[in-house]
Amino acid sequence: MSTQTPDTDSENEQPSSTSPQERRMAEKQARKEQREADEAAAANEIQGETVELKVFRYDPEIEGKEEPRFDSFTVPFEKGMTVLDALIYARDEYDSSLTFRHSCRQAVCGSDAFFVNGSQRLGCQTQIADLDGPVRVEPLPHQDVVKDLVVEMDHFYDQMESVDPFFDPDETPDDELEEQRQDRENREKVKLSTRCIWCGACMSSCNIAAGDNKYLGPAAINKAYRFYMDEREGENKRQERLEIIEAEHGVWRCQTQFSCTNVCPKDIPLTDHIQELKREAVKQNLKFW
Amino acid sequence: MSQSYDRGLIEDFGRWREFTAGMWAWVFHKFTGWVLIGYLFTHIAVLSTSMQGAKTFNSTIQGLESLALVRLLEVGLLAVAVFHILNGIRLLFVDLGVGLESQDKSFYASLVLTGIIVVASVPTFVSGAF
Repeated sequence: MSTQTPDTDSENEQPSSTSPQERRMAEKQARKEQREADEAAAANEIQGETVELKVFRYDPEIEGKEEPRFDSFTVPFEKGMTVLDALIYARDEYDSSLTFRHSCRQAVCGSDAFFVNGSQRLGCQTQIADLDGPVRVEPLPHQDVVKDLVVEMDHFYDQMESVDPFFDPDETPDDELEEQRQDRENREKVKLSTRCIWCGACMSSCNIAAGDNKYLGPAAINKAYRFYMDEREGENKRQERLEIIEAEHGVWRCQTQFSCTNVCPKDIPLTDHIQELKREAVKQNLKFW
Repeated sequence: MSQSYDRGLIEDFGRWREFTAGMWAWVFHKFTGWVLIGYLFTHIAVLSTSMQGAKTFNSTIQGLESLALVRLLEVGLLAVAVFHILNGIRLLFVDLGVGLESQDKSFYASLVLTGIIVVASVPTFVSGAF
């Protein structure tokens, strides 16, 4: 209030010290500013259909953001808009500190698995039109949150690597350039398991993996399946793989809740593969001949 | 898993509305399994305390059967046992890798079948109790 008093004083003095032209210029300038402000306000008011996003926010490193909370964003809806598109809009237009992983935007890189409306989904694969609003976006459950929607993936990658997720044949061809061909039937058998994009949705949805940190988890077992079923590797590697698969925290932890199969964005029949490996393990250990 | 903050029940049973068929089948199978174990021990306790002779045995059983609550619990016991059996058969097929793509339908089928059998059994269990 104290700053306003001298202002009014100077305004009263101004007309006497300025020419009519300067006064008109000042009025014109004021009108222009007013018009621009109106236009900006109109632009802020979104025309057409909108979608309400409720996004989980958490940042342990910034004071005042350590408490997890939900922020609401109203984003203009476009036909074909995905959850990732909406998040990108919210980040670019409203809050540049909104943090989430994304890369290819076409369900190939596996970076943007979120917990959307109570289910693990890929942001880039989930159509806003298919969801009931407001769309609630959270980081993957059962994983440590680093910031906002970014979760710690180290444990998931450790489990994936523990099953030797690479082709490792007992014998390599004599000629360095000779191909190791897989027959068509065998390729068909492992085809679905090769689709995995390491997004971690299945592991996050698994109730057993949540309570047992040593459990390999659906993705790692699926990876083990992919190579165990590959006929080109040879008997030695097959036995090694089986030992990993049938270990205490391997396939037998699965209790067939089908959560992983339900959330897998690539539609891999994970429970099928786990069950088949269980039968393999039994067959190898029950031999009466 | 160690949590850097507490998301509480929100991650687990707080989400029960979003559970899928397979998850419900698992929850019910666990629950009915524990109920059946609990029943087994009560069963042993009741029978072993009424083994002094035919008279004690008859009076114990008749005394229990005259209670309306016991009759209702018997209906509940049948429901629990039938679901556990039917879902057990479903799980057998799941273990054999048969029809995994329709595992949700077989769960609903076992629920419906349990309901029908239980409703059909009510007259038998409850007759004369009220």
